[in-house]
Amino acid sequence: MSAIEIAAVSKVYAGGVRAVSEVSLSIADGEFIVLVGPSGCGKSTLLRMIAGLETISSGTVTIGSRVVNDIDPAARNIAMVFQNYALYPHMSVYDNLAYGLRNRGVPKADIDARVAEAARMLEIEPFLERKPKQLSGGQRQRVAMGRAIVRKPDAFLFDEPLSNLDAKLRVSMRGEIRQLQRRLGVTSVYVTHDQLEAMTLADRIVVLNGGRVEQVGRPLDVYHSPASTFVASFIGSPAMNLADAEVMGGSVAIGGQVVARGVAGIVDGKLTVGLRAEDIQLATSGAGVPFVVRYVEELGALRLVHGSVEGRHLTMALSPDLPLSDEMKVAVAADRLHFFEGASGRRLARPADAQVGR
Amino acid sequence: MIDRHPWLDALAHAVLIIGVLVVAFPVYVAVIASTHGPNDFMSGLVPLLPGGEMVANYRSMLTDGLSSSGAPPLGGMLLNSLVMALAIAFGKIVISILSAYAIVYFRFPFRAVAFWMIFITLMLPVEVRIVPTFKVVADLGLLDSYAGLTIPLIASATATFLFRQFFLTVPDELMEAARIDGAGPLKFFRDILLPLSRTNIAALFVILFIYGWNQYLWPLMVTTTSSHYTIVMGIKRMSDVADALPQWNVVMTTVVLAMLPPVIVVVGMQRLFVKGLIETEK
Repeated sequence: MSAIEIAAVSKVYAGGVRAVSEVSLSIADGEFIVLVGPSGCGKSTLLRMIAGLETISSGTVTIGSRVVNDIDPAARNIAMVFQNYALYPHMSVYDNLAYGLRNRGVPKADIDARVAEAARMLEIEPFLERKPKQLSGGQRQRVAMGRAIVRKPDAFLFDEPLSNLDAKLRVSMRGEIRQLQRRLGVTSVYVTHDQLEAMTLADRIVVLNGGRVEQVGRPLDVYHSPASTFVASFIGSPAMNLADAEVMGGSVAIGGQVVARGVAGIVDGKLTVGLRAEDIQLATSGAGVPFVVRYVEELGALRLVHGSVEGRHLTMALSPDLPLSDEMKVAVAADRLHFFEGASGRRLARPADAQVGR
Repeated sequence: MIDRHPWLDALAHAVLIIGVLVVAFPVYVAVIASTHGPNDFMSGLVPLLPGGEMVANYRSMLTDGLSSSGAPPLGGMLLNSLVMALAIAFGKIVISILSAYAIVYFRFPFRAVAFWMIFITLMLPVEVRIVPTFKVVADLGLLDSYAGLTIPLIASATATFLFRQFFLTVPDELMEAARIDGAGPLKFFRDILLPLSRTNIAALFVILFIYGWNQYLWPLMVTTTSSHYTIVMGIKRMSDVADALPQWNVVMTTVVLAMLPPVIVVVGMQRLFVKGLIETEK
């Protein structure tokens, strides 16, 4: 168990493509970090640089107290779980777990004990003599995690480990990974493109975009105060509503329609306004903003209503108990609005942010 | 098969049966001929029914050989052929799997050049380069030796290419997982790649063994003493006698005996052989 320190790490491929640029990140001992972002954002490359499977173009990676830039993957004392599990197909489950230990010259009795312990923890004891081919996807996933656990590494590295599983299994494995990581207290770095996995697993989320860090923070902080329009649209489902707007004397107008008043601390001008689907309410008095309904998605516990305000697409989450009509009046609380700079998409801080974060 | 009609089935079977007959008939003739005495061929007609000289023919060929053609007993020639076929098959597999491993898993200068050089030699079979190869082997003093028989035939572009294609289908993550598990290049090769290639090796072994066994031109050129004759050469010498009629009964006896080892190899390794050719799941 060790902290991981990533300092100004970049990856430039032959041909000049920058996959990761100047990423710095401090991961505390025992912390569960999730790297999340769309495909091609550099999250896997960053993970593979920590693992030692990619060379580091510049910057340093420190695991524990060692700078590992020039250290072989095997000597970094990390364990990795791959998306396609990468189990050795010709070896039994037992041998798959034991292979890394044998290579390290761990005594036979020790190997037996460690494999038995990991197998018990992951409930794969009945399969130890089977070949990976004879296991289901979920069981293979467990074996892949077992192979990581038996090594007692300084850090677990997960590369989209759940993407090959069906939706139901993914949810249950997600819970198991979280519990296991808590129990073992091993520093973990987990790569995914699924924002839900990121929200549910992480101690801290790292949102990456185009090889750069967009935001680092606890899941709820990232959810409630996204640092940019990119993060706002990536984290949370449905995605945060974003619209071009104009602020004039504390009132916010979308396409000429004033949607909120009494906004403090925002300089007048054009900008992008963001609003979570659940922060839009039906207007109780007659003075709401007109909302044209286009279509409705029923999710059971709630209902997603897609429509438009002044031609701008908006999604709101309503309770299924509320009546629907083609034209509705909605109201928006001023303190629920997020403001982003029009050109850069960076978040504009407001005095109220301190509370919104809760 | 999209459609199943009785007459389509019948047609398919007819084609298959004709095919089997065409392939099997010469073998049948050879086996039948090896059971006749020397005089049954004088009429110029090939007998199609078994004769009664089978035991005598086989016994004499295995013990004495055919003195008139200057051929040694078959035992020695069979052994020579066996040594040659095994050496070629094993040698080709070892060399080609190692070179394919290097080409697929290592980044070294001129890697692509090395691959294309190997690939181009596919177009140069032994027959094309036989004169320079003979000169080299002769200068090295390898005539009339097992080394001379096998070494010039031992590199194989086909096998290298086959292993390369197989290695390319092995997921990279397997190699990465092995690296993290502390397996160096040779350990990865021995513990992971070699066991995974098992069926491919078996399939290749069968093909290469038969290739080596059937070599004709090369052994004919590099062996001059009868102690290094291979069985295929023996057949040629027996059927190509001067001033006499070839003794077809003993020639065919030799042919049948020469067919046996490849048959044993194919039958013995059939299951692995088929698996190696059709297996897709890694």
